[in-house]
Amino acid sequence: MTILAPRTETTATGADLHLSGITKRFSSFVAVKELDLVVPSGTFFALLGPSGCGKSTTLRMIAGLEAPSEGSISIGGQDVTGLASHQRPVNTVFQSYALFPHMSVLENVAFGLKRKKDKQAMDKAKAGLELVELGHLANRKPIQLSGGQQQRVALARALVNRPQVLLLDEPLGALDMKLRRQMQLELKNIQTEVGLTFIHVTHDQEEAMTMADVVAVMNGGRIEQMGPPRELYELPKTAFVANFLGKSNLMRGTVTGQEAGILSVLVNGQRILLPADRAVQTSGEVVVGVRPEKISISREGFAGENRLTGTVIDVSFTGTTTEYLVEVDGIGTIGTFAQNRGQQQAAEGDTVHLSWEAQHSFGLAGAEHEDAGVDQT
Amino acid sequence: MTLMTRKGIADLRSREEIRAERRKGRTGVYLIAPGMLVLALFFALPVLVLLAMSLYVKPEGAEIGEFVPGFEIGNYATVLAAYWPELLRSFGFALIATVLALLIGFPMAYLVAVRLREKSLLQGILLVLLIAPFFSSFILRTQAWKQILADEGFIAQTLKFLAILPADGHLTATPIAVVAGLTYNFLPFMVLPIYANLGRLDTRLLEASGDLYASPMTSFFKVTLPMSAPGVFAGTLLTFIPAAGDYVNAALLGNNRNTTMIGQVIDSRFFKVIDYPGASALSFVLMVSILILVTIYIRRFGTEELM
Repeated sequence: MTILAPRTETTATGADLHLSGITKRFSSFVAVKELDLVVPSGTFFALLGPSGCGKSTTLRMIAGLEAPSEGSISIGGQDVTGLASHQRPVNTVFQSYALFPHMSVLENVAFGLKRKKDKQAMDKAKAGLELVELGHLANRKPIQLSGGQQQRVALARALVNRPQVLLLDEPLGALDMKLRRQMQLELKNIQTEVGLTFIHVTHDQEEAMTMADVVAVMNGGRIEQMGPPRELYELPKTAFVANFLGKSNLMRGTVTGQEAGILSVLVNGQRILLPADRAVQTSGEVVVGVRPEKISISREGFAGENRLTGTVIDVSFTGTTTEYLVEVDGIGTIGTFAQNRGQQQAAEGDTVHLSWEAQHSFGLAGAEHEDAGVDQT
Repeated sequence: MTLMTRKGIADLRSREEIRAERRKGRTGVYLIAPGMLVLALFFALPVLVLLAMSLYVKPEGAEIGEFVPGFEIGNYATVLAAYWPELLRSFGFALIATVLALLIGFPMAYLVAVRLREKSLLQGILLVLLIAPFFSSFILRTQAWKQILADEGFIAQTLKFLAILPADGHLTATPIAVVAGLTYNFLPFMVLPIYANLGRLDTRLLEASGDLYASPMTSFFKVTLPMSAPGVFAGTLLTFIPAAGDYVNAALLGNNRNTTMIGQVIDSRFFKVIDYPGASALSFVLMVSILILVTIYIRRFGTEELM
């Protein structure tokens, strides 16, 4: 399904969102800690993190549903910290959709417009429903719609108001996988179409990377790292980001020297090369990381500068790729995968050579815990 | 085509299945029978007796309380001509009491059901307090209102001090006292259905409404109130119907001039004047009027859930 409504009026554009020094405490629990954030106008911004990381609380503070304990929020240059939710130029697509059950779908979509005394409320609501391809269900009650349809009504209800910032609180959480993927594309299309600032809260790293221009990874009430998805993926700055956003192999070692911008790290007797500009810390104890797909696995020889030899302990075939777990003496288990191009596969118990280019290594601070963010959702 | 298929399926059903279905049907009848029997014996039959009695006639020279079966529709004309003011007053008082109970009861229900949702202990205490009046006698509680509204009582004194009530004015034995008694006595019947309804109110809808530029006041009228309509509807019916037929409040808190309600009239016709046909006719008129009023109300405001 494609949603590309005729580009009639896209005069409304989003506004910059500034959060400065935002802290939120719930009695003794600190949900968000001194958060500073600038989301430029028209950005599709994703707040990504495991449950309880403070991302939903942050969103609710932007919406005005929670008051920050400290700090200020401004939208388009206007300080909105003290404003109630109904006074803020933002709209939210709630995880539960929160459609009004006693109103028809059309009345739901027109609700915000009517509150703003928009004379064309009904016409705009109809156009909004057309945008999400639900014009034919305008007179139904929300309960008569499927989950995916309700989700789109919730989206239309927020979008028709042309808010300066649109907040999405895990809006795809309740949908099945296939519908999720489809809605992700639709949401991205709509955002491009209307040009509003979208803030999307999710715990699904794939969803965040597919849709967002900028992703902020949150953990324990703080933003761990923020940037375009590719940058975050290729060059994580913390173990949490390395593990939460995709998978990483992390190895603890000591920097022994530097030559032409390349660090030498001794990991339990093995020398691993790491570009200094890809390292958070360039001396002492560091954690070296590499993404699994950057490693090539072979029984014959090495193909890159960083080389390890180990024994295959697990092979799993996933269709397009085969995933291997390789036990390297003194370093631990390294995960990698190879495209299934008809080559002979390594079997469990085989001795294999792992190698990768130095430029694909990244370096984290030695104080990092290698397991941070593993298996968290 | 469809018909043939369905017939085919019907033919395929074994006798066992058909028998099982009949057994199920019989179970339903058994379950409903005791209730139906009670209703027939203690409701339908008395109503028929009442209807018959309302048409009885008093033969020439009969003693007090002696009536013979007849078909005297004139009984209705006689009692209506004599007691239409009391009938109208009953509905008027009941209406005012219902509106007051709604105005007082809705915030109470809202407080307990929505505002104290997270504080289950306080919520429980308030709920018990709400039901507590039922543990003491209805008559006793109504009697207590005499004290509350007495000339030397706090309320009368305050109103006199504020010059709302003239210095020689009274609250007892006035329509105000009767309506106050009705409001008080039927308040729990208003609060409990609304409480039950608001208890299910999804407060996330109020957040959504606020997010869509509705002020708290607008959210109340556009979301909370429409969504609690079934509770309000049930509460108003449960208050209005018994209040319209009530005679205890008017008897204990009223006077003999301008507070007499139809229940009192029926009471005195039955037990003091011993005019069984007149009392029966009035009872019937009251019942039918309430039925008509409630039907109009349901047609006008009834929600799908109640129909």
